[in-house]
Amino acid sequence: MQEQTKSHSFIFPKTPTGVDGLDEITDGGFPQGRPTLICGGAGCGKTLLSMQFLIKGITEYNEPGVFMSFEEPSDDLTLNVKSLGFDLEQLKADKKLVVDHVRVERSEIEEAGEYDLDGLFIRLGHAIDSIKAKRVVLDTIESLFAGLDNQAILRAELRRLFHWLKTKGVTAIITGERGEATLTRQGLEEYVSDCVIVLDHRVIEQVSTRRLRIVKYRGSTHGTNEYPFLIDEDGISVLPITSLKLNNEVSSDIVPTGLSGLNEMFEGGGFYRGSNILVSGTAGTAKTTLACYFASQQCENNEKTIYFAFEESPQQLVRNMKSIGVDLQKHIDNGNLLIHSSRPSLNGLELHLLTLRKFIKEFKPTTIIIDPISNLISVGSEHEVRSMLVRLIDMLKANNITALFTSLNKQTDNFRPDLAEESVSSLVDTWITVRDMEGIGERNRGIFIVKSRGMGHSNQVREFVITNNGIELLDVELGPQGILTGAARKSHQFKKTISDIKLQNEINRKDREIERKRRVLEANIEALKNEFESAEEELSILKATEELQEKLTSKKTK
Amino acid sequence: MDISSDETSTTKHKFMLFVSGMSVKSGHAIENLRKICDKYLENNYELEIIDISRDSEQAVIHQIVAIPTLIKVNPAPRRIILGDLSDKEKVLRILNIRE
Repeated sequence: MQEQTKSHSFIFPKTPTGVDGLDEITDGGFPQGRPTLICGGAGCGKTLLSMQFLIKGITEYNEPGVFMSFEEPSDDLTLNVKSLGFDLEQLKADKKLVVDHVRVERSEIEEAGEYDLDGLFIRLGHAIDSIKAKRVVLDTIESLFAGLDNQAILRAELRRLFHWLKTKGVTAIITGERGEATLTRQGLEEYVSDCVIVLDHRVIEQVSTRRLRIVKYRGSTHGTNEYPFLIDEDGISVLPITSLKLNNEVSSDIVPTGLSGLNEMFEGGGFYRGSNILVSGTAGTAKTTLACYFASQQCENNEKTIYFAFEESPQQLVRNMKSIGVDLQKHIDNGNLLIHSSRPSLNGLELHLLTLRKFIKEFKPTTIIIDPISNLISVGSEHEVRSMLVRLIDMLKANNITALFTSLNKQTDNFRPDLAEESVSSLVDTWITVRDMEGIGERNRGIFIVKSRGMGHSNQVREFVITNNGIELLDVELGPQGILTGAARKSHQFKKTISDIKLQNEINRKDREIERKRRVLEANIEALKNEFESAEEELSILKATEELQEKLTSKKTK
Repeated sequence: MDISSDETSTTKHKFMLFVSGMSVKSGHAIENLRKICDKYLENNYELEIIDISRDSEQAVIHQIVAIPTLIKVNPAPRRIILGDLSDKEKVLRILNIRE
């Protein structure tokens, strides 16, 4: 150990655990060739974690393993992990795994004189050598303390055992029950000091969460937080709170919203691919409908979509959407859409997150919809929900999945959405709000964009109506006091039509008047012309007479 | 008690002693056990010494953890004694052998 910790210039050798997420936190796995202590109270998953370590070692890294159980008989173990899809019998038959149940029955045993634990050493050594094991698990070696009296011998022997394991070069897990003041009941952490992991199982407000923390890890960096972890049918998965970096790839692709009117409100004509969209609004403002529109549009474009419904069953959702002309069944049938319904209180937030993760892994969607995300707040505190969402969004961003969340907020007078989802809002890229606009005896729905990162957008509140044919965004109607909706819009339109007609009439009348005036004018002109002509005629007669007279007078003078 | 003691003295004792190679404690255990048996059981016993460093399968079969381990197979009840058997009185008491 001393030798190994001296030098830091090399990469610390690690053994991948095969436990989802744990390798990330430990920066590669458990210290190779050294023992790791896993401690925690009853039922927090110590045995399972170590079993998974062995089995994944065999199946994924081809490293045979030895499981030495001090508590459960081999058959019980086989049965217990079978429900998690691990077939111990097969692995045993393949000579990849040895399970040895060490039973120390206090009632049968007496002690007379000095002894050592060579029996254990030889059994372990034999097991390791027989399959060339690289991984060893000693599941609650502390049981020995209950079975044997001579503590001094035991302690000395355990120290020797851990040292011996190191010389054997196997990566070992030693599990221990959590003690009162110490990490383990018998202070095993004194002997195994390279890597210590504490598991914990807490129930807060009737929801249980399992957590994992690395107390120490000699010679390596590691995450220091408490990480929630889950046990489900695939074993343990640890969820790193946040990914360490924010450097996921971004896409400039645009995905349409499913509503042509809404597309127009965005300069780019839709959402960016891989962005997160929040649709918030009070009850009955068609959040789900908007979400379904988006889902349907995405499926139409052959994008795989998962719809997580926390309020409605898939059948109900399909029926309801059919009533407004959105056919989801078609997409379910051709495999583009998956609707997953569950009650938020079904399990803790972590399990919800894991469910999402698993679906994402299996279905490989490019779009997911969570309807509504606010229901999850009933499961955890706002802080927890936020932390879960951060992780969820990280995960979605990493996979370049476009996500649309709906969020129910309380009815407030404030025109801006209430602050219940303030926690969420800073995480999302695009925030659309739908709201009720109540007026003289009627309720209208309005939609507007609160924010849209990296894309210009309309600042208007657009009214929309839901008909049997679906959602329709109405054109903006500007009245003297701003934008008009509902009946006001209608009466405004009516007034406008009437005034239009009036105006037209007026114009027609004026036209006619002018016509008349022109005719009068023309008549006047004619009269004046006649007058002028007659005057001219008179003048020419006068001139002619004068000329005649002159002629005559000149003749007389001659 | 008389009957049982009679039985103890008459029925054949069968022991299994698990040792590991030539360790000091194993040697002591063999020595101590032979002394006890020779003194109190006089040929009316059967002793099997198993070296688990050579035959490690036996250690698994008989659930051996500590070395040396003495298992009294016969007469019932089956008893398991850990240690080099240096505490003679205790061994005799556990094996239910009268001095």
